[in-house]
Amino acid sequence: MRLPLFRTVFALIIINKAGGLIYNRTLHEGGLNKISTNDYLVLAGTFHGVHAITARLNPIKPPRAQRTSTSSTGAMVRPDPPSGLEVLESENFRMQCFTTLTGIKFLLFTDTTQTNIDLIMKRIYDMYTDYVMKNPFYQLEMPVRCDMFDRKLSSYIREINNR
Amino acid sequence: MASGKASTAKEQAGLRYPSNGKTIYHRPLNRSKTAELSQASFAYLFSEMVSYAQRRVTGIQDLEKRLNLQGHPIGLKLLDLLLIREPPRSQTRPLTIIALLHFIKINVWTHLFGRQADRLEKSSSRDTPDEYMIIDNEPLVNAYISVPREMSQLNCAAFVAGIVEGVCDGAVFPAKVTAHTVGGKEEGEMWPGKTVFLVKFEPEVLEREALIGKG
Repeated sequence: MRLPLFRTVFALIIINKAGGLIYNRTLHEGGLNKISTNDYLVLAGTFHGVHAITARLNPIKPPRAQRTSTSSTGAMVRPDPPSGLEVLESENFRMQCFTTLTGIKFLLFTDTTQTNIDLIMKRIYDMYTDYVMKNPFYQLEMPVRCDMFDRKLSSYIREINNR
Repeated sequence: MASGKASTAKEQAGLRYPSNGKTIYHRPLNRSKTAELSQASFAYLFSEMVSYAQRRVTGIQDLEKRLNLQGHPIGLKLLDLLLIREPPRSQTRPLTIIALLHFIKINVWTHLFGRQADRLEKSSSRDTPDEYMIIDNEPLVNAYISVPREMSQLNCAAFVAGIVEGVCDGAVFPAKVTAHTVGGKEEGEMWPGKTVFLVKFEPEVLEREALIGKG
């Protein structure tokens, strides 16, 4: 038997590389308490700051071996950048953060039992690159207002939440 | 000797050729039925084309006009290219409006988008016998484009309308072609990006058509 709140994606937040909130969408009503838009902005800014500090805490891994540190073309292989805070979990929800190479952060709020979050995140990132980045009317770093992105995101998440 | 020197100097200066010396002009015209391009790279290119057209425009009509102008020369050239790729028997350019529209719906659309246009209609109004409609449920150029609310009149498929206009003009059926969004914005709409390309032929085309019909 499944409870109604079993395995649900609650909300998505996108933060630009300056720490500004550019997208905020509740994907399941009643999962999380409503907070004001101002609070969302504060949440985005605060998380951005905490993330930056945790990234500095995280030491850069030493290159694995001399042999692998130079690729076949002789170029140096750059070590992975420190990832910083990735997961935040409470009794009732789990927040997963995904940072793109360009510094945009996707925060996905889900139920603690939700599985395959990496997959969902990747799919959402795919949609972002398709329907936001390829849209000539979207200005970088500005709030995302793209009907097509909203529509595709809703139908994808509906599919997951109703499974 | 002197000419050899000049050509090496030219090569250094700018234009670079592939190492095997084959350029795009060496490829046969009659190929590429299945040759496909990356949709992502096209989407980025088209996005930049729209941004470029958007500079220094006064309004939405002006922007659509610019997109139309970008497509027009493509249509003119495409007509010749597609006709030469036809088997020799059917290598004549379309002579009637219906033949032309079928050519656009089938050949032009298949070449550009890998499928036919969805429907072809004639205006039902008696006042506008010169208007025909090519309907595309999901224009490829609009695949990733969300038009902002304040520009809801705009349809970026104006570029495709320009191509269609170029084909019509090239076939000596002068016409004005415009793109209109007709899909609803509601949730659950089957084709939210449904687009009608309205082809309005010049009066002389209809006059000629009537004469052919009599003869």
